[in-house]
Amino acid sequence: MTKEQIMSIPTVADETSAPLLEIRDLQVGFKTQRGFVPAVKGVNITLGAGQTLAIVGESGSGKSTTAQAIINLLPGAGKVTGGQILFEGRDLTKISASEMEQVRGGQIGYVPQDPMSNLNPVWNIGFQVEEAIRANSNLTGKAARARTVEVLQEAGLADAADRLKQYPHQFSGGMRQRVLIGIGLSARPKLLIADEPTSALDVTVQRTILDHLATLTRDYGTSVLFITHDLGLAVERAEQLVVMYKGQVVEAGNAREILANPLHPYTQRLVAAAPSLASRRIQSARRPETTDHMAISDIGASDDTLIARADKREAGVHPDLITVDHLSKIYNIRQRGFGKTELRAVDDVSFSIAKGTTTALVGESGSGKSTVAKLVLQLETISSGSITFDGADVAALKGADLLAFRRRVQPVFQDPYGSLDPVYSVGNTIAEPLMAHKIGDKKSRQARVRELLDQVALPASTINRYPNELSGGQRQRIAVARALALKPDVIVLDEAVSALDVLVQGQILTLLTDLQAELGLTYLFITHDLAVVRLVADNVCVMQKGRIVETAPTDDVFDNPQDQYTQRLLEAIPGAHFAFAR
Amino acid sequence: MPSNNLSTPGHFVADLSDTPIAAIDTIDESEKARSSWSDAWDSMRVRPMFWIATALILVILLVSLFPGLFSHTAPNSGCLLPNGNGGPEAGHPFGFTRQGCDIYSRVIFGTQASVTVGLLATLLVTLFGAIVGALAGYYGGAFDALVSRFGDIFFAIPTILGAIVLMSVLPDRTSITVALVLAIFAWPQIARIMRGAVIAARSSDYVMASTALGVSKLQILVRHVVPNAIAPVIVVATTSLGTFIVAEATLSFLGIGLPPSVMSWGNDISQARTSIQTAPMVLFYPAAALSITVLSFLMLGDVVRDALDPQARARR
Repeated sequence: MTKEQIMSIPTVADETSAPLLEIRDLQVGFKTQRGFVPAVKGVNITLGAGQTLAIVGESGSGKSTTAQAIINLLPGAGKVTGGQILFEGRDLTKISASEMEQVRGGQIGYVPQDPMSNLNPVWNIGFQVEEAIRANSNLTGKAARARTVEVLQEAGLADAADRLKQYPHQFSGGMRQRVLIGIGLSARPKLLIADEPTSALDVTVQRTILDHLATLTRDYGTSVLFITHDLGLAVERAEQLVVMYKGQVVEAGNAREILANPLHPYTQRLVAAAPSLASRRIQSARRPETTDHMAISDIGASDDTLIARADKREAGVHPDLITVDHLSKIYNIRQRGFGKTELRAVDDVSFSIAKGTTTALVGESGSGKSTVAKLVLQLETISSGSITFDGADVAALKGADLLAFRRRVQPVFQDPYGSLDPVYSVGNTIAEPLMAHKIGDKKSRQARVRELLDQVALPASTINRYPNELSGGQRQRIAVARALALKPDVIVLDEAVSALDVLVQGQILTLLTDLQAELGLTYLFITHDLAVVRLVADNVCVMQKGRIVETAPTDDVFDNPQDQYTQRLLEAIPGAHFAFAR
Repeated sequence: MPSNNLSTPGHFVADLSDTPIAAIDTIDESEKARSSWSDAWDSMRVRPMFWIATALILVILLVSLFPGLFSHTAPNSGCLLPNGNGGPEAGHPFGFTRQGCDIYSRVIFGTQASVTVGLLATLLVTLFGAIVGALAGYYGGAFDALVSRFGDIFFAIPTILGAIVLMSVLPDRTSITVALVLAIFAWPQIARIMRGAVIAARSSDYVMASTALGVSKLQILVRHVVPNAIAPVIVVATTSLGTFIVAEATLSFLGIGLPPSVMSWGNDISQARTSIQTAPMVLFYPAAALSITVLSFLMLGDVVRDALDPQARARR
């Protein structure tokens, strides 16, 4: 079937089977400083009544723009330049602004991505929900108030009546998203557009929210258009799937069928990179034995002779490089007046990391995993317990010893946009640790920077570029290169791939695995994403509320989780048990 | 490439030739490297207002440095009372003041005083305010509290009012003392802005990254924090140059700025007010010169703000 044939699906043939939403050859572009940039190039999507459809794609694929175009919520510079958006046979691109206001909320509900910023912090929850209800119905006064309570109860807030007067900051992220879903569904729309509705939430919260949303939309017979980057979520929650790439639809059809048997090369690539519980640890293509030894003798980081090291490797005896023993971190939080409360961010945590291996620290937000990273990096002081690095107590390090420690333990942080100084060129950024430790002269530093860029697979010309010109993945490579500059023994990766698209994420993970094999690096890998853990980690520590609830080799944790919390985490991963095409 | 024979009913696969896939995450090496400063330059470069303001400022600077190039008449010699409030004539395009002096040459020679005060005051305020603000914001604690409260004291006194009081007790009134006095009351504004910007930059991830790399605290301040916090200070400094020139004129007008023996627009405006009804032109020309100068710096400040605005500099 060609595109033209798909477009010419009859719309009036049969009342019941007529699609609720039909997007025909949609074109959207943005006016920018550098001229007109097309973002959506001829997209066709058909969604029937009561159906659920997911649009998946990387950032910049045009998936959100498509959704925003439907209810004319395009940002200022965006404009629909061609095609039709037929909603119940009416072209939404042609209707007036006031007609669009009737459609928005009333017939098409919208759940935005970020529950943190989409509720107005100066109005209470009751006011904001009631506002939506008044706008989309003729209810006023007490009736509107009663409906507000009803809507919030349906959205899963049991004590809704008591919480009307509360403000958004008194709600958790999950509860705010419930409120937004409540608002989106309050007028019983025929179509609900959910733009990455749970991306900002923990997996366990995501699961309950999505379950609830599924129940509601099934009960009301609402069609749902999911926008997501998560293939697992798409296959678990949607019947229909549309894969977008660079503003075009590359593949569309039954979700399970596509993900089990992707036909377009892009979809195949995307499916292959999607981490799931069925994944295995990435194996390095580079040969560890030879390069490893070369690298180590090159660094001179180890006192062991090559033979002794080789013996140890063969015997499988990896000496522990980092030992964390009964570590606690307590923050004093100022309370009203002069009172203080203690927050145990890290509570009696013990684990150890063997040289040359990867240990993952997994947990949801607030589990204390990032605090552990900061303690290991000595960016925060330890409250009690100890961290031993290569036989030395880390907390006692001062002056030159601390500098030497910093040289051997390097960080890569989560936000690739924040961790590189925007006014520094890539070359200066990577050379900074060399300058801070007064290594080499200008010329040898330049040479080292080029070598490092090559190691992270970036062209040497990147040296003169600035972070604002690079993508998230490229920035993260720069951050890795900077961390490698001093030939460290340990790299602490704090959510280092969490902000990246799945293909780029896969690329960085492979790079990290290769570097580990080549340079004998030890990784402490902090993440909230269990599926990623399976790809890179040898050992896993699962954290919950500051404590480690389970420590085991990776395969044991996945195949035979002991702790209830670990089981719940694994269960909550969307599409966990779906067998993606490999 | 086979076209759509991959598609089946209900399963659409795009034509491969229509949807070519690129390598993952490549760098476009053809584009030239752009720092945020070169971005700022590019955005200023295309604004006509930038070039107009720059051209005006260059002319003003030239006039203040070499007034002799623009006027052959010495401003105070050849003042002939019979010419008092006379209209324009050959060689004297703006006419004469009440004292019979050539207005054109007085306007030209008055530039130096105004521009000197403006530049000097801005320089002093920016240097002192930025250094104090940066240290206070970066190190925090008792030093920050002390500097902030001390700054608040100066902040509470209106610049002009404070300057009037201080100038009236100073024995020696020159361009330098006027600039100094203005700077004394104006630095807290810059210090506050710098402090706020430094606090924001201090808590950024790249500072944490540098700390973990082993860069010393002072190096981080100089190499990372200040370069990222300086933009708003530059914006305010460019704009405040104009206000300092106005302040000088105000003080001179009130008779406690530069002494009457020094040629300045403020003095001329002050003297012209007595004849404003009979000869408005005497007031008009120095006032126009003042306005154009202030406007040029404000225009430049406006363009600079647009170019350095953090929102405009955001991820592109």
